[in-house]
Amino acid sequence: MSNVSELIALDAGQYLQVHQHKGLLRFLTCGSVDDGKSTLIGRLLYDAKTLYDDQVATLEAESQKIGTQGGELDFALLLDGLSAEREQGITIDVAYRFFSTDKRKFIVADTPGHEQYTRNMITGASTADVAVILVDARKGLLTQTRRHSYLASLVGIRRVVLAVNKMDLVGYSREVFERIRDEYLEFAGKIGLSEVVCIPLSALRGDNVTAPSGNTPWYHGATLMGYLETVEVESEAQNAPFRLIVQWANRPNLDFRGYSGRVVSGTLRPGERVRVLPSAKESTVTRIITLDGDLDLAVAGQSVTVTLADEIDISRGDVLAKPDALPEVADQFEAQVVWMSEEAMLPGRPYLMKIGARTVGATITRPKYKVNVNTLEHLAATTLELNEIGVCNLHLDQMIPFDPYEQNRDMGGFILIDRLTNNTIGAGMLHFALRRSHNIHWQAVEVSKQAHAALKGHQPCVVWFTGLSGSGKSTIANIVEKKLHALGRHTFLLDGDNVRHGLNKDLGFTEADRVENIRRVAEVAKLMVDAGLIVLVSFISPFRAERQLARDLVEGEEFCEVFVDAPLSVAEARDPKGLYKKARRGDLKNFTGIDSPYEAPESPEVRIDTTRIDAEEAADRIVAYLRTTGVLERP
Amino acid sequence: MRSLTHLQRLEAESIDILREAVAESERPVMLYSIGKDSSVLLHLAMKAFYPSKPPFPLLHVDTTWKFHDMITFRDATAKRLGLELIVHINPEARALGINPFTHGSAVHTDLWKTQGLKQALDKHGFDAAFGGARRDEEKSRAKERIFSFRSAQHRWDPKLQRPELWRIYNARKAKGESMRVFPLSNWTELDVWQYIFLEDIPVVPLYFARPRPVVARDGTLLLVDDQRLPLRPGEIPMTKTVRFRTLGCYPLTGAIESTAADLPGIIREMLLARTSERQGRVIDHDAAGSMEKKKQEGYF
Repeated sequence: MSNVSELIALDAGQYLQVHQHKGLLRFLTCGSVDDGKSTLIGRLLYDAKTLYDDQVATLEAESQKIGTQGGELDFALLLDGLSAEREQGITIDVAYRFFSTDKRKFIVADTPGHEQYTRNMITGASTADVAVILVDARKGLLTQTRRHSYLASLVGIRRVVLAVNKMDLVGYSREVFERIRDEYLEFAGKIGLSEVVCIPLSALRGDNVTAPSGNTPWYHGATLMGYLETVEVESEAQNAPFRLIVQWANRPNLDFRGYSGRVVSGTLRPGERVRVLPSAKESTVTRIITLDGDLDLAVAGQSVTVTLADEIDISRGDVLAKPDALPEVADQFEAQVVWMSEEAMLPGRPYLMKIGARTVGATITRPKYKVNVNTLEHLAATTLELNEIGVCNLHLDQMIPFDPYEQNRDMGGFILIDRLTNNTIGAGMLHFALRRSHNIHWQAVEVSKQAHAALKGHQPCVVWFTGLSGSGKSTIANIVEKKLHALGRHTFLLDGDNVRHGLNKDLGFTEADRVENIRRVAEVAKLMVDAGLIVLVSFISPFRAERQLARDLVEGEEFCEVFVDAPLSVAEARDPKGLYKKARRGDLKNFTGIDSPYEAPESPEVRIDTTRIDAEEAADRIVAYLRTTGVLERP
Repeated sequence: MRSLTHLQRLEAESIDILREAVAESERPVMLYSIGKDSSVLLHLAMKAFYPSKPPFPLLHVDTTWKFHDMITFRDATAKRLGLELIVHINPEARALGINPFTHGSAVHTDLWKTQGLKQALDKHGFDAAFGGARRDEEKSRAKERIFSFRSAQHRWDPKLQRPELWRIYNARKAKGESMRVFPLSNWTELDVWQYIFLEDIPVVPLYFARPRPVVARDGTLLLVDDQRLPLRPGEIPMTKTVRFRTLGCYPLTGAIESTAADLPGIIREMLLARTSERQGRVIDHDAAGSMEKKKQEGYF
């Protein structure tokens, strides 16, 4: 364990005194498949004497048996965790390693170098202070080297070590090292890596890993360990403006109201004024509470509980800041988005975004461009696939406090979550708020929805018909509209085909365009509800997520989903427009039910089984349902 | 400027995780296994929610084969801190009389611990369970997430684990699914002991060397904790000064000979001895990759 000198080991009390004041450094290692990354980490663990005797014994035995170093210690064997990857000899996920020296504790994020694993690298880099990028001295800079460097800079890592490994295999050539170094420094400058250190080493032989090597007398810089033990990283967060992200309202009893959260940047003292965002209410900090006693100073990184002089409304996700250095508040942004899901990003689809301790609804517009991570070229894009990175605009369903990511990782970094699977499908970094989000204020209208509705003599609502092409949606919707009209109700029917001739004539039938098609119609339906109408929407609307979006746009009781349920075979047999035949011939792409999925509603308000009842009876049922919900009543 | 020490940073991160999990779950619970990691986890929970009490109960999945000192310590701890303690004993395993001697460590662990844990989580409808596991304990844990997602059947699927970026944890799940949450992920064994020392956290006395009755068997020293330990021919309990580096079921946990009777002694011994801690536990040695298999089945 750690570099224990015999003396300190004999006196554990003294050892603890020394070691309790150590700092912590988190770093990331990345490199291509054969650059020797696992070997380097294994070497660091071994040289730091972090390994236990039984681990060394296992290592020696396994090196003999399955090692790739001809019976010498194969440090890579220390690291491969999951049995599947041990068999395949590859590392497939981020692994975290720990070691400790007299000066620091280290957390190493070990990320694989495979082409397709941008996701893992971004994940590992997101918590790292320093990146160690390996290159094989024989091969020099590779495409992957540039990609890893770009990704590190993207996530905001400024300090990079270029570890030129396998120097033993190029005869410890100064010329080779300096050529690689110069080439790299030029590239690093272009992508904004400001602090780069290049070190010639051999992970296998131990040159310049922990001790300076006699094989490289021409190199006078730090060893890798020497650099990692001394690089300064902590001051930035403390010097940044104060931010506390509220995680939990702490209310043990009626007399105490505290707010628990983490100081992500800056410092705070009792007596200071703070503003709560986004509500913009102000108060004074009365106490900073911990179980070990009140603090007179809280600094970046600490988890604390604060109390305020005034009773103001604060909820989870709110941010405390000081009035002289406030974060911005906005709901539309430009952001860099890294896509992490097998399913491509769909512009317009409602996702969830978690930023700080707040989860909000978010949609992404069509990317402005995506980045070729190998050449850094900007490419046109309509979507983002797994491991692609692009710049997009984001629209949220509420205002949030934020700082640009490059100023504050905790206030500007976010993840995107799929509403149905709950998986983390993307991550991103906020650049800035869009001007329109500053300048377009919500115009308060004085004639309200209720006032419109009162004039109509009914409650406004959306009746959303969904089902396969040929299921009978439009037929039924038409009859419903006639019946409501006959009852003197003010309706309007939005039909898929008709809207595609006008408002949505620029859209095709790709998955992305279908999402946008529904988004626009949902927004139009919402406006019509505000106008006091009963809106009938007849669209295939194949995806649950977009129907949910439409539902979320209006009040809970204002949405009635009607599932016009016809089995594919029945709809296809009817084929009123001959579309199924075309689709089967391959003349029509992305046709719902044939080569594009239909996601049936799980709990629609009304389900119409078209194999059992005809359109007339279906319409009666829907009108009857609207009666029971009070839609047809005067408000 | 005041820079935080590594232990202060680890503590703040763990508190952050505890609060995040509580805020995002409906019915959290802390799996309390009575060992040193559980002691640290519990201590952190007391800090995270102060002046409130931790807003969740403790759950101990008892195998009926734990050291007696552990049970005494468990009950005293819950009482001292004023926390609700739920003890679950798998009724099936009890009815079958499962024990490590006749059924072997694999069956014993599966029925008492793995199945027992699932039963308890289902019975109480817990949707987030804190555990004291650390990434440095074992190779397969180095890739474990802090918020580890489990299916409605409690299975851990490496492919379903979510990427964890920054300090943002995605705790969303469908009904029936759950999270195991590991606030000590980034702690090492040394960090845990150092923290116990600095914070003066009570731990089970079995960690400290005392004269105890033991028998030597298959290369390990087993404590004769009660009359249920069947003695093999020729085995005679002898008194040795021993302690435990890890605590589990007494017939499956080997003692080591030691004179370390206090915390500095333990830390000193650990620094010098260099044998990794799970070595003392028999369950890891059943088969290669055994911990990974157990994890997929729902063991911690």
